[in-house]
Amino acid sequence: MKPGMSDDECCGGGCHEPLVAKKECCGGDCGNCENCDCNKKSGKQGCGPDCKCARGAVDAERRDFLVLTAGAMGGVGAAAVAWPLIHSMNPAADVLALATTEVDLSQVKEGQSLTTVWRGKPVFIRHRTQKEIEEARAVAMGDLKDPQSDEDRVKQSKFNGQDMPQWLVMVGVCTHLGCVPLGQKPTDPHGDYDGWFCPCHGSQYDSSGRIRKGPAPTNLEVPPYQFTDATHIKIG
Amino acid sequence: MSSGKRVPFKNPVIEWIDQRLPLFTMLEKEYGSFPTPKNFNYLWNFGAIATFMLAVMIATGIFLAMEYTPSTDHAFNSVERIMRDVNWGWLIRYVHMNGASMFFVAVFVHMFRGMYYGSFKAPRELLWMLGVATFLLMMATAFMGYVLPWGQMSFWGATVITNLFSAIPVIGDDIVIWLWGGFSVDNPTLNRFFALHYLLPFVIVAVVVLHVAALHVSGSNNPTGVEPKSSKDTVPFHPYYTAKDSFGLLIFIIVYAAVVFWAPNSMGHPDNYTPANPMVTPAHIVPEWYFLPFYAILRAFTIDITIPFTSIVVISSKLGGVILMFGAIAVLFLLPWLDRSPVRSGTYRPLFKIFFWVFLAVCITLGWVGKNPPEGIYVIIGQIATAWYFIHFLIVLPLLTKYEKPLPLPASISEAVKRKGAR
Repeated sequence: MKPGMSDDECCGGGCHEPLVAKKECCGGDCGNCENCDCNKKSGKQGCGPDCKCARGAVDAERRDFLVLTAGAMGGVGAAAVAWPLIHSMNPAADVLALATTEVDLSQVKEGQSLTTVWRGKPVFIRHRTQKEIEEARAVAMGDLKDPQSDEDRVKQSKFNGQDMPQWLVMVGVCTHLGCVPLGQKPTDPHGDYDGWFCPCHGSQYDSSGRIRKGPAPTNLEVPPYQFTDATHIKIG
Repeated sequence: MSSGKRVPFKNPVIEWIDQRLPLFTMLEKEYGSFPTPKNFNYLWNFGAIATFMLAVMIATGIFLAMEYTPSTDHAFNSVERIMRDVNWGWLIRYVHMNGASMFFVAVFVHMFRGMYYGSFKAPRELLWMLGVATFLLMMATAFMGYVLPWGQMSFWGATVITNLFSAIPVIGDDIVIWLWGGFSVDNPTLNRFFALHYLLPFVIVAVVVLHVAALHVSGSNNPTGVEPKSSKDTVPFHPYYTAKDSFGLLIFIIVYAAVVFWAPNSMGHPDNYTPANPMVTPAHIVPEWYFLPFYAILRAFTIDITIPFTSIVVISSKLGGVILMFGAIAVLFLLPWLDRSPVRSGTYRPLFKIFFWVFLAVCITLGWVGKNPPEGIYVIIGQIATAWYFIHFLIVLPLLTKYEKPLPLPASISEAVKRKGAR
């Protein structure tokens, strides 16, 4: 705007009036004066410093699109940065490398048990007696809280196609709140079902490690394992 | 910053700083002449006491961290070294260890005071919610701190509590492995718990700053629950409440010191002086006393909810317990919208008053149940108390809002004070 000129003089009394050489008169600020609705927006006449529409109307749709796409890109970027941080808290390579345990079972005689460590948890390996196997197999499925046959629980105990149901392998962690049940030693309490007894809240497991009594919801977990020969087992 | 309205300080150094950063003007406004209701009782000490405890915990914690080793091989021994070899280490550790308990004492009193006098009601809803957020952060911090000495209770407490997340359907087991950084509570778990235990107190400080900022917008509630009407109803924070808070704090510190010097292990468990052993579970796992009510709520849910006539479990007892426990805290966030009685103070609410004391008794009962094994009579009592905890919030408070006839309120704080004096 040229000095000394009033708004009205500058823009010819209102934005809606087409004006020749309006850019010159308003110092280039007038922009799309003919399209503007400055009267509605600011209630002011002309293209003076108070007129909000000097640069033309906002294209709301275009602005929304830009905000949304830019925001979405930012979100993807933030997630991409967050993932390495989150994933760094998952088990590291060295932890995963220790995810298998190998055990020699040649010294475990019938009726004896061995506790080993797999992934930081105790694993119970029991050389079951014939009596224990028969007891476990005589149970009706209807009597079980978490029905599973004994055959199913020891199906991984085989080598060269020969089943070895005497070997029961389980994670020795009570499925209630994570305590270690008793029953590995002959002098331990074995509960009413010739198996394991959890001292924390009284859960009782049978000779197949199935939950029979107490608050635990499921049977003792059977880990993935395989016999590498008749007396060696690899857990995990 | 309205530095234009600043009153100049006489001390030239203070004045020089204040012109550039009006810290002293702010202190004077918020803690000097800050108008505070004149009728606070001693229950209003506990905000300041809790702030003091936060400072004590951070200060002692920093010095303990200088001696502590977050490794499964060394953690237990490094704590014993603090106890035996580090100069004054036993004192710093006992102050920190019992400080956690005393911090919870202060915060529990502070919370029940807020509940009784309706301090959470408009316009202080956000102030209350920031307080509940602080409480939640405190619980997380305390839990992780308890794991650090790597004793038996540390290890098994961490195992039981992290296992709670396995109750989440579908992704629960993966979340637990992620929390552990392995397949059981182990070295990675201990390391991250130490990192977070150092971080979270500073997050608490940030939330407390917001809590206090919100308090200074609305001003304090008071035992009548009637807002100050004129300058007659208030006194400047200093010297009136700086003095009263200091007195209350000193009494509190006497009790605290008595515990530290005469019974430093009274609130701990002997099992935690046995090094962590993943192969042997202690016979009875119990959390610290301040978690007991929530532990009782966790264990109150004992049945699986199934789709009728099938054995498909919708909510297992484990998941149900976890939902209830987190619900017990979530319901606190909602309190401003559950108790909507326009009368704030329990003093003028004859029915509410009764239910408040019943609720307090229920909370203490839950704590007692949480301490005992989940067998026999304790299960039933725990379930009744848990039910009442939620009934209080979700049924009793909304009904009282609707049907209770409150006593007439005093016209102002001054009038209430005079009436009390005349009696």
